[in-house]
Amino acid sequence: MFVSIVSYGLAVGAVYALIGITYNVMFSASRVFSFTAGMLGMLGGVLGALFINKMGMNAVLAFMLVLACGAAMGIVTEILTVRPVLKSIEQHLYVLSTLAFALMIQQVTAIEYNTEPQPFPVLFPIDPNSWLGIVDQKFWLPVLACIVTILGLEFLYRRTLIGRAFLAIAEDSYAARALGLPETRLRMASYAIAGVIGALAGFTGAQMLLAFIGNQAILNFYGFVPVALGGMGSNRGAVIGGIALGLFQQAANFLVGGIFASVAVFAVFIVVLLLRPEGLAGAATARRV
Amino acid sequence: MTDAASPITTAKAPAGLLGRLEGSWSWIALGLVGLLLPLLDDSYFGVIAQRAYIYWILSAGLNLVVGYAGQIAIGWVAMLTLGAYTTAALAAGRVGGVEWHPYLALIAGGAMGAVFGVIVGLPALRLRTFYFAMTTLGFATIVTQVALAWKDVTGGGVGTPGPVFPWPFEPGWGFYYFCFILAALATWITANIGSSRYGRALVAIRDAEVAAEASGIAKPKLLILVFLLAGGLGGIAGGLFSSLQSYITPDAFTFEMSVLFFIGILIGGRGSILGPLLGTIILTVLPEFAAPLVQWSTFLYAALLLVIVLVIPGGIADLLDYKNRRPLEQHREIVPRPELLSRVLDANGEPSAIRLTGIALHFGGVRAIDGLDLEIRSGEVHGLIGPNGSGKTTTLNVISGYYRPNTGTMKLNSADLPFDKPHARAHYRIARTFQTPRLVGAASVLENVMIGGTVRGHGTFAESMLSLPRHHRDEKQLKDAAMQALATVGLESLANARADRLQHSELRFMEIARGLMLRPAFLLLDEPAAGLSAEEIRRLGALIKAISREGTGVLLVEHHADLIFDICDRVTVLNLGKVLAAGTPAEIRSHREVVSAYLGA
Repeated sequence: MFVSIVSYGLAVGAVYALIGITYNVMFSASRVFSFTAGMLGMLGGVLGALFINKMGMNAVLAFMLVLACGAAMGIVTEILTVRPVLKSIEQHLYVLSTLAFALMIQQVTAIEYNTEPQPFPVLFPIDPNSWLGIVDQKFWLPVLACIVTILGLEFLYRRTLIGRAFLAIAEDSYAARALGLPETRLRMASYAIAGVIGALAGFTGAQMLLAFIGNQAILNFYGFVPVALGGMGSNRGAVIGGIALGLFQQAANFLVGGIFASVAVFAVFIVVLLLRPEGLAGAATARRV
Repeated sequence: MTDAASPITTAKAPAGLLGRLEGSWSWIALGLVGLLLPLLDDSYFGVIAQRAYIYWILSAGLNLVVGYAGQIAIGWVAMLTLGAYTTAALAAGRVGGVEWHPYLALIAGGAMGAVFGVIVGLPALRLRTFYFAMTTLGFATIVTQVALAWKDVTGGGVGTPGPVFPWPFEPGWGFYYFCFILAALATWITANIGSSRYGRALVAIRDAEVAAEASGIAKPKLLILVFLLAGGLGGIAGGLFSSLQSYITPDAFTFEMSVLFFIGILIGGRGSILGPLLGTIILTVLPEFAAPLVQWSTFLYAALLLVIVLVIPGGIADLLDYKNRRPLEQHREIVPRPELLSRVLDANGEPSAIRLTGIALHFGGVRAIDGLDLEIRSGEVHGLIGPNGSGKTTTLNVISGYYRPNTGTMKLNSADLPFDKPHARAHYRIARTFQTPRLVGAASVLENVMIGGTVRGHGTFAESMLSLPRHHRDEKQLKDAAMQALATVGLESLANARADRLQHSELRFMEIARGLMLRPAFLLLDEPAAGLSAEEIRRLGALIKAISREGTGVLLVEHHADLIFDICDRVTVLNLGKVLAAGTPAEIRSHREVVSAYLGA
């Protein structure tokens, strides 16, 4: 049981962490939290199952196509729901515009695809009853995706010029614009990257979570919890928080039942935020007057 | 300025078509339609109408949360779920084996909603918008999960039957009237709140939170009351819903319903009652007439939400607001009438003083204030000048409670003035204005000024809810006082204009009028002359001087040296957070360091 708690917990946690990073990448570029993070995760699974199971596409091709769809979705999100409301960001209209867009996509998926959970293809067949069952795709794939994403983002941010431009926008978009950085294009690029990461989370986690429109709300919330607790914009916080959340949930699932786990996560989330609104690792608030 | 006698009769400034609709006849018409609908004797219409009433009972409360207080509570469907299951489970005897009377069960459902309304609302007191939206969303998800899993009480996925209300509200038209009466009641009490000082305070929290605090509005207390009310109404709506559905399963409470409630409010417009009411009715009825689209209804709602947010964030109320698109009179002049001040201010105040001793405040390594002594006495204008970054506004923020200094003491007469409590300043009658005017753009000038007097009301939230006599007395007093304050600063002809249509200089005077509503013992002005013409500055100076002569102590943070030397009794010059010089204007003017550092030789 311990083994399955850990393997499940790590895998789910990696998906949460990836969704958390999706939130963060969008937030860094625009100071906007977008409800499309969970939608991207949901789409990653649904599109993967659609391309491979229904359309019989080659798995590698399907994977690339899913990521491309994620990127496109990210760009549309930026143009349609974020850019128009950035001028008056203090009104928080982005909460509603991104939510509306996410719901529209979810509803289209429900009507055109399916409202019930659908199986996701096994890409690396292993006999689950052998000792190798523990290295089933559904356990290691999300973890691998998470590691690759972190390394990729680190490389992008630390080693490349464009990555430094992203950091500059995140740090002070006003000054970055004054230096001549193309803020709008960089923001769009960030949303595309976020789209890829979200779709990756959905695709790699779908064996476990299935291709299901209901994953949108679940990933939206459980992907946000590590971000809120770890401090917004902090990918390290998102990964640690995501893994911890996944392990805790699975342990509670096995030991006391899933409902208690959900209620406990929610209670911890609210209590921690009430005590430390800036998150466990976040910085204090800014000047108001 | 001669038409100062322009009508100032209406308490709210109802604007445009919707304004006229908000007149009583539209309510009478709606009421008549509701009362007479059973004459059609069409049970299909009856069921649709009942659903609309039930949705509106929830939305009426949610409207105060979303439309007035501006809190994005997107998962409010959870209150409907809680109320429905509480009522149904208690009435069916699923808890404790005793079958509750349906009406008692309904009340319990409302109580359940109220309790959880507060629990879910608590994060709004501290969290940023998106966080709060997410917690309400998470809560809605979890409530549904619990409903699925707690089979003993909820019946799980199979569901549980809803209660059947006995006489006088038995199923059919009896139940119809039950829903109608409760919906009317919900409309009435939320409309009462909306037009009371509590409603204005909610809008102030939404649009000008800092100014709300400075006016003494305690956000936590007020929001908790509103969440209690909104949760309770949501719970009652849930109880009725379970009876209307006659059988409830977790599937009945989709997140899409939350979106429907939300859009109904946004379509109608924020800060209105009738608008959201019509929005809710339209959204409930529409799918019935577009059967082929039912499948797509959620998509359409979401698309509608996106369009509203992007194209008309003000909702229909804004679109129809013709009156406020008519140009205001050009070439307006602000002519304050300081002679009216004696009626606005309490002249009999004892002489008092605010004393700051050794105040120091660092932000990280920056010493914003570095050992400051300052005394503001009643009846005097105390000027605070210095170059940018010398700590003037920071000092003002310490006095008005926004910053807690690292060291030092602050006393009002001999008692400590608590740090860190901006909303408590109003009770000491310490008022302030802001460098950038903080206002509720969508409210009238009069309402903006009335916000300043919120703490002067005596009626409780419940009294306003039920429109009891003390509520009316408060309203009348506040309105009279606000009109007087406006006349004093010379803005009475603009009382009914939307505040965001005023010129910058007029907003500065409006903020002073709002400050006067506290009958301030001390008035802290943060660069009131910025952006004013020379003539306006002269009039402002005369007004400030007159205010101090009524016994109010004025702290004037300013860059205009002429104004400072004209009207101040004493002046303190700051540089790098320290007092460079202090004394009478004449002394300061000849102070060598001040002249070289700041005034320029």
